Amino acid sequence: MAESNAVEIRDVVKVFGFGEFAFSAVDHASIAIRKNEFFTLLGPSGCGKTTLLRLIAGFEYPTSGEIILNGEDIGTMPPFKRPINTVFQSYALFPHMTVAENIGFGLTMLGRPKQEVRDRVAAMLKLVRMEKLADRRTSQISGGQQQRVALARALAPKPKVLLLDEPLSALDYKLRKDMQIELKRLQAETGITFIFVTHDQEEALTMSDRIAVMSAGKILQVDSPRAIYDAPADRFVADFIGETNFLRGRIGSVSDGIAQVDTPMAGRVSATLPRDFVAEGDVTVVLRPEHAALCAADEPSGCQTTGTLENIVYFGTDTHYHVRLGDGETQFMLREQNKPLQRQRLSVGDRVGIRFEPNAARVLRN
Amino acid sequence: MTQPGTIEAERSRDIRKRWLLSLPALLIVLLAATGPLLIVLLYSFLTPGPYGDVLWKASPDGWIGVFLEKDIFTETLSLADAHVSIFVRSVLLSLATTVVTLLFGFPTAYFIATRPERTRELWLLLITIPFWTNLLIRTFAVLQIIRNEGLINTLLMKFGLIERPIQMLFTDGAILTGMVYVYLPLMVLPVYANLEKLDFRLVEAAYDLYATPFRVLTKIIIPLAKPGLIAGSILVFIPALGAYVTPSILGGGKNLMLGNLIELQFGQGRNWPLGSALSITLMLIVTVALLVYVRNVGSQEKRHG
Ligand SMILES: Nc1ncnc2c1ncn2[C@@H]1O[C@H](COP(=O)(O)OP(=O)(O)OP(=O)(O)O)[C@@H](O)[C@H]1O
Ligand SMILES: [Mg+2]
Repeated sequence: MAESNAVEIRDVVKVFGFGEFAFSAVDHASIAIRKNEFFTLLGPSGCGKTTLLRLIAGFEYPTSGEIILNGEDIGTMPPFKRPINTVFQSYALFPHMTVAENIGFGLTMLGRPKQEVRDRVAAMLKLVRMEKLADRRTSQISGGQQQRVALARALAPKPKVLLLDEPLSALDYKLRKDMQIELKRLQAETGITFIFVTHDQEEALTMSDRIAVMSAGKILQVDSPRAIYDAPADRFVADFIGETNFLRGRIGSVSDGIAQVDTPMAGRVSATLPRDFVAEGDVTVVLRPEHAALCAADEPSGCQTTGTLENIVYFGTDTHYHVRLGDGETQFMLREQNKPLQRQRLSVGDRVGIRFEPNAARVLRN
Repeated sequence: MTQPGTIEAERSRDIRKRWLLSLPALLIVLLAATGPLLIVLLYSFLTPGPYGDVLWKASPDGWIGVFLEKDIFTETLSLADAHVSIFVRSVLLSLATTVVTLLFGFPTAYFIATRPERTRELWLLLITIPFWTNLLIRTFAVLQIIRNEGLINTLLMKFGLIERPIQMLFTDGAILTGMVYVYLPLMVLPVYANLEKLDFRLVEAAYDLYATPFRVLTKIIIPLAKPGLIAGSILVFIPALGAYVTPSILGGGKNLMLGNLIELQFGQGRNWPLGSALSITLMLIVTVALLVYVRNVGSQEKRHG
């Protein structure tokens, strides 16, 4: 149903430059972003996240394709006519105005009556907990406060869609965590569709309803955080989101959506097949580090494979073990949760066995 | 370990040394800047000599002559209409010059500031090229264009748009044209320096918040470019008020401005005290204008802060 979509991007291409310098920053991208959704664009630096956001905001016009808002193609509509607001990475607060004037700017430009603007500004100040600083110049408030003013300024005109381009990247770790919660709260309270850009996969996983993973201008996968993490569509997504072990192998047998894959490094691995995927021949199997565990190397019956412990990294909540497998080339990573009063029982150079959680491995589409 | 007492003593010695070292510079600045001014001030209270120069006899006539006129026969004082009209014309023409250079200079500066970084220098160079030529020559060039047998009139007649040449030379319009041409770079450069620093992401933010291009200009770009606009206005208004060469060539000695009036007193008029008094009056006008301008802008800043 078209009406349940806040924004729909249909086969959008954005080319910068001409002739031999032509370069597609966004390459045939199609996404349907639903109403009231916290939608995240995730991808490495330079993959075209900002460009896609600027296309939606209207700062760039698509080379081809359509951007649909309320059933209408807004591809070439100027930004001041789109009911879409942006929270800029640099905040871009107006330095010659106070906090309150900044927040009221959009409504004033829309020609709303003065009283309405005042009331709305007061409500927004309250929403972002900045009442006390209403009359400050924007240069006289902290980075976190500027961030909240930028947010309030973009929310004040009640846009249909709010675009956020890495709004938290300039904040320190603690403040970023606080603001993540704050953003979720604001999205729930206002019911506005958020399109959020980040290259921080943890941020994307914790905050989003759905995530679009981008690479080199292409949309690789659009799914819920859990699906993206558990069932990555391809090697890039699997590698980019979280840490992953890749094992090459050959399909032995398939039954009930579970494939038996023969791998040179770890023997026969039972792996879940993607839905509607006809697997045959050579495939790649992925396994998350937390879905494997160490076992004693001298009782190989219970272990999937063995190897030499190469590195131990302590992380507080858990410990990462890097194991060089039998072929001497593949490095396997696994993660074990730390228990209280646990003493370190292994050291680098030890021979260890690795056990796989049953059916946790997945066959990649390609 | 140094005792507190010696620190005090050292500091005062240090301060004395600093004063001593800067004394020559201070003396030069004082003498060079205020010396001539003081002489002008002194001359304005003396009696004119028969062949120029001054007689060492105190007289208020110089100052009286600024705005008043003594009838030779009846010895009664009346308002010096000629002087008043020259003052008014000077201020109006200078204001007009400032406004017109603003109207042309701002878009020009904006255009240059929005060019790719590499080509900006070329544009700036083009703006400053007139500076390489002597003011006199530039003014005569304008004269060549607007005189009755000049470029514009010749072309217009050739195309049959007019039958007789339009009298453009020796009018206030001619002076204004010349001054705008001469002072335009003084407006463009400070405005450009300001716009070049402007964060164009703010412009995008304003567009995003429903500001039309016109609103972006009036609400964001102009307020942020204000320091440059003010600096440019000052740089144009002050020299325009005292302009001499341009009005004397393009105004043809008929339409005088303050600069010409002052020159007249030191030359043909042989009335140095009046010339001195006029000079100081000009300076006072500039000072008052500046004070009003800066005060207004300053209070606006405070309202925001
Ligand atoms: N105006 C432009 N002209 C030419 N190339 C551009 C322009 N804007 C962006 N690009 C190019 O398009 C690609 C995508 O840029 P974009 O800013 O969208 O990346 P991003 O995903 O936001 O990266 P980051 O995470 O570093 O912000 C980059 O290779 C960039 O160099
Ligand atoms: Mg970006």
